[in-house]
Amino acid sequence: MNPLDHYDYWVMIFLAMAGLFIVIARGNLIKKLVGLGIFQTSVYLLYVAPGKIVGGTAPIVSEAFKVYSNPLPHVLILTAIVVGVATLALGLALVVRIRESYGTIEEDEILQADTAQEPEKQ
Amino acid sequence: MKGDLILRVMAKLLIPFILLFALYVQFHGDFGPGGGFQAGVILAAAMVFYAVIFGLDNARRALPDWLVETMVAAGVLLYLMVGFAGLFLGGNFLDYFVLDSDPVSGQHRGIFWVEAGVAITVSGVMLKIFYMFAGRGTEEE
Amino acid sequence: METLIVNALLTFMVVAVVVLARTRNLFAVIVLSGIYSFLMATAMVALDAVDVGMTEAAVGAGISTVLLLGALHLCKSEEAKPAHRPWLPLAVTAATGLVLVYGTWDLPAFSDPEAPIHKHVAPRYLQDGPRETGVPNVVTAVLASYRGYDTLGETTVVFTAGAGIIALLRRRRRKEEKEGQ
Repeated sequence: MNPLDHYDYWVMIFLAMAGLFIVIARGNLIKKLVGLGIFQTSVYLLYVAPGKIVGGTAPIVSEAFKVYSNPLPHVLILTAIVVGVATLALGLALVVRIRESYGTIEEDEILQADTAQEPEKQ
Repeated sequence: MKGDLILRVMAKLLIPFILLFALYVQFHGDFGPGGGFQAGVILAAAMVFYAVIFGLDNARRALPDWLVETMVAAGVLLYLMVGFAGLFLGGNFLDYFVLDSDPVSGQHRGIFWVEAGVAITVSGVMLKIFYMFAGRGTEEE
Repeated sequence: METLIVNALLTFMVVAVVVLARTRNLFAVIVLSGIYSFLMATAMVALDAVDVGMTEAAVGAGISTVLLLGALHLCKSEEAKPAHRPWLPLAVTAATGLVLVYGTWDLPAFSDPEAPIHKHVAPRYLQDGPRETGVPNVVTAVLASYRGYDTLGETTVVFTAGAGIIALLRRRRRKEEKEGQ
């Protein structure tokens, strides 16, 4: 089995794990959102790459071409891209509100401020 | 950036072409790459470009808040109306075959209006999000 | 040759993400994410997904970068704090990655015409799509006609995101005037 046959899957797994690492290991909220975006984008690769046929063309039917790449993953990923940007926009709006409430966007400082407030409330 | 001459001149030259390209992508989505989503985002990008160069107040005067908020809802409503038109004309929900005498031109009509609805909503939402983010900073000061 | 181009683009993306994970300056992080999105859009075009490439370039590299820069300006934060030694997250992600690699061992090779993905629904769309809908672009035909219901749901998702942002970020003008008095 030629290892290069699965290179696109392995790159996708590496990108997904890198995005996951940024989300769970970094404390800055904006960087976490960027990491989440990287995870989402790597999934697009997982869907589109198996549909490609070398020597084919884009799935726009015309007289000159016989072999087309698979159009079905393209449709699903179009929806996924727009949903991804909607998620990013809502996440950023929440980060802006958090910044106005707590004065910081570092996760550990926010947790400290929360645990400092809770004994006062009780 | 109002004082920067090169940026103002280039923006005045480029923005009409960007808007025209957005319309091209919208209507030629049937024959080449493109469609509602891409056209809506390019339209919003042209307005963001205008707001960055000429100021948010000028952009708000060109496309006021109430218009953008109406666009956000109008696109989804247009999509639903196409669906209900299929229902009223005797077919299923979102059935395009009954929209015209010939099934294929019924499909053409359905796809045209549906893509228009998608473009209106997407451009409205992207522009509104930009207005909210940019406007919040200036109101704080 | 096409495979070589695709593999080279994928390698550049890996490099961009590794640099992004190690950078602390948030402005550089946002620029690198824009670079990553452009590389992804180019890879999509190399994989014959032209609609997806155009959307990823416009949305991922355009609007996402604008929104991130806007949020960065509002948060007025410049640098992330230095991370603690991230051994546990590194171990967890490495273990998950290895399990996933083992899972993809039996998947079909890149650009295999006999793969199951090309068997059932896709040939029907490619053959009957232009004839039934009159639209040569099969992706638009499937998106707007065959799977129009899903596109209605997606437009509703975009609408909901817009409504959510309006609800989160709207200023209450009358309340502020009352507090001023």
